[in-house]
Amino acid sequence: MTESTRLMQGNEACVAGALYAGLSFFAGYPITPSTEIAEILAKRLPQNGGKFIQMEDEIASLAACIGASLTGAKVMTATSGPGFSLMQENLGYAIMTETPCVIVNVQRMGPSTGAPTAPSQGDVMQARYGTHGDHEIIVLTPSSVAETFTLTVKAFNLAELLRTPVILLMDEIVGHMREGVSLPGEGELPVVTRLVPVKGMKDYLPYRADKNGVPVVAPFGAGYRFHVTGLFHGEDGFPSNKPQDIEYLGMRLHKKIENHKDHYSFFEEYLTEDAEIIVVAYGGTARSAQAAVESARSQGIKAGLFRLITLWPFPESEIERVCSQARAVVSAEMNMGQISRELERVLGKDASLHKVTHIDGTLLPPQKILLKIQEAAVND
Amino acid sequence: MTKTADIKPYLRLERYPTIWCAGCGNGQVVGAFLRAISTLDWDPKKVVVVSGIGCSSRASGYLNFNTMHTTHGRPLPFATGIKLANPELHVVVMAGDGDTTAIGGNHFIHAARRNIGITMIVFNNGTYGMTGGQCSPMTGHACKATTAPYGNLDTPFDICKLAEAAGATFVGRGITYAPVKLESLITEALKHKGFSVIDAVTQCPTYYGRLNKMGSPADMLTWQKEHVISLEKAASLPKHVIQDKIVTGVFVKDLRPEYTTLYRRLHEQCGEDDCHD
Repeated sequence: MTESTRLMQGNEACVAGALYAGLSFFAGYPITPSTEIAEILAKRLPQNGGKFIQMEDEIASLAACIGASLTGAKVMTATSGPGFSLMQENLGYAIMTETPCVIVNVQRMGPSTGAPTAPSQGDVMQARYGTHGDHEIIVLTPSSVAETFTLTVKAFNLAELLRTPVILLMDEIVGHMREGVSLPGEGELPVVTRLVPVKGMKDYLPYRADKNGVPVVAPFGAGYRFHVTGLFHGEDGFPSNKPQDIEYLGMRLHKKIENHKDHYSFFEEYLTEDAEIIVVAYGGTARSAQAAVESARSQGIKAGLFRLITLWPFPESEIERVCSQARAVVSAEMNMGQISRELERVLGKDASLHKVTHIDGTLLPPQKILLKIQEAAVND
Repeated sequence: MTKTADIKPYLRLERYPTIWCAGCGNGQVVGAFLRAISTLDWDPKKVVVVSGIGCSSRASGYLNFNTMHTTHGRPLPFATGIKLANPELHVVVMAGDGDTTAIGGNHFIHAARRNIGITMIVFNNGTYGMTGGQCSPMTGHACKATTAPYGNLDTPFDICKLAEAAGATFVGRGITYAPVKLESLITEALKHKGFSVIDAVTQCPTYYGRLNKMGSPADMLTWQKEHVISLEKAASLPKHVIQDKIVTGVFVKDLRPEYTTLYRRLHEQCGEDDCHD
């Protein structure tokens, strides 16, 4: 550790992680509860030669990030609910054009303007399916300030490695919470930067995938002149409506995310080894879930916590492994049950699944989860 | 002006034929642009052409530069990211009138306000060609479109006035009937340091022309010829005489600090004084 422990907000840790990962371009639009990320970067980026720009809306913000990324910059934007809705259009463009970018959504309560300063986890499914068309997406969700830092670095690494947008799905609790953290020093965490083609290649094909299914797209201005489009395209980057080209690209975009799951299937287990009741939670809610599990243990109930860190692609095999040994599963989230539906899909209709849902705009209290654990302990 | 300019090296001829209909004016605008590039002798490796969605936005795919075909209405914010991240690049945006003034209207006024060093060429044919002749914000009042079958109730924008009011520092208008003049306007716009806008009035015989009974492509160009008036001549004529005319020329040529230049100064300032905590 090169820096002593300091008190830091989640949004601030996100900025620190982004700069650690090499962020050099940020375009954004103010929106609660993500605004601190833009404010801090407006100050920090010009100091280190980076660029910050406040755009006219969130559509433009993600567009500017994608443009900057195509010149080789590491880019990020940050927003919340309504702004995340506006970003869905260009999120699809980034997927299709395989442009690395990190999109931070500090979730607030919706729908619509909702409750801007109230915590929620209502965008879990929007993060997965929000942009139109069939696609895969990587979504990571931190539950502490320290983890916000490391996950931001990982989000950049994955975006660069797989040439894809990565969504960091925070929530208002984690974004605005202050905790003491010691940030890793330079070199302590790996930092990945995208590959670029060697100079002077003959017959360079910008969208020809390497063995990992990822193309080596040159930065604009580096010498290769090629075409980038949101239309289905061939390896040469030009539009194609041939069924074989469309299927090949569609499958490749799916597989490059799916086939690398081992790299980013992050989760944490707490007291799960002998657990009879597994609580599945994520983000800020996982803090309450941990407290609830500890209370249950003190009452003699063998409870454990499975904390999701990667939400999408959904870590099915890990969920199956941990939950199949338990008598009952309790899912806790600040929405009407978006992840619990996934749990039901993975564990089957016969599994004993208890849902804790919460949409009053307050933090999900440990007591509410504990009650459900107790209920499961008695009934199952 | 380089009437004999060889523009073939700037074209991806292997992508031909274009998707454009016979008689479409898009090729004339692109031709004028490429002759301008030839005059300026810019390194094609440093030229980026960003387009939106629509017939004219397919231009980027036929041009042998760094090219980007983006989302509908959004080419300017993509281009803004490119220019700000790498100010060494010459960034040109090509988009239709629907792209620029309808779905992308907000981006258009903000790029102008920012005065970022991008040249915007608007292919203004007054209709949505790609989707089959619907009404655009540039469709004339009482003109027909598939979504204005009884005649358009709206009044169109004046793109040049819009650009000027929003802060663009170079604004000009040309027509496809006069491609040499259009070329010199585009050359000036490309050389300009700041946000430059060219309203390139062009013809869509397939939809706009057919729906409004304007005849053949040649008839549409003749219509342009009969309705064009230079800014200098228009200045001395009363408003009612010029209201149905296409006024061409350079409307704005201003000097105001360009955005990426200001950003470079900000970097210098942060490097030397008390920007740091």
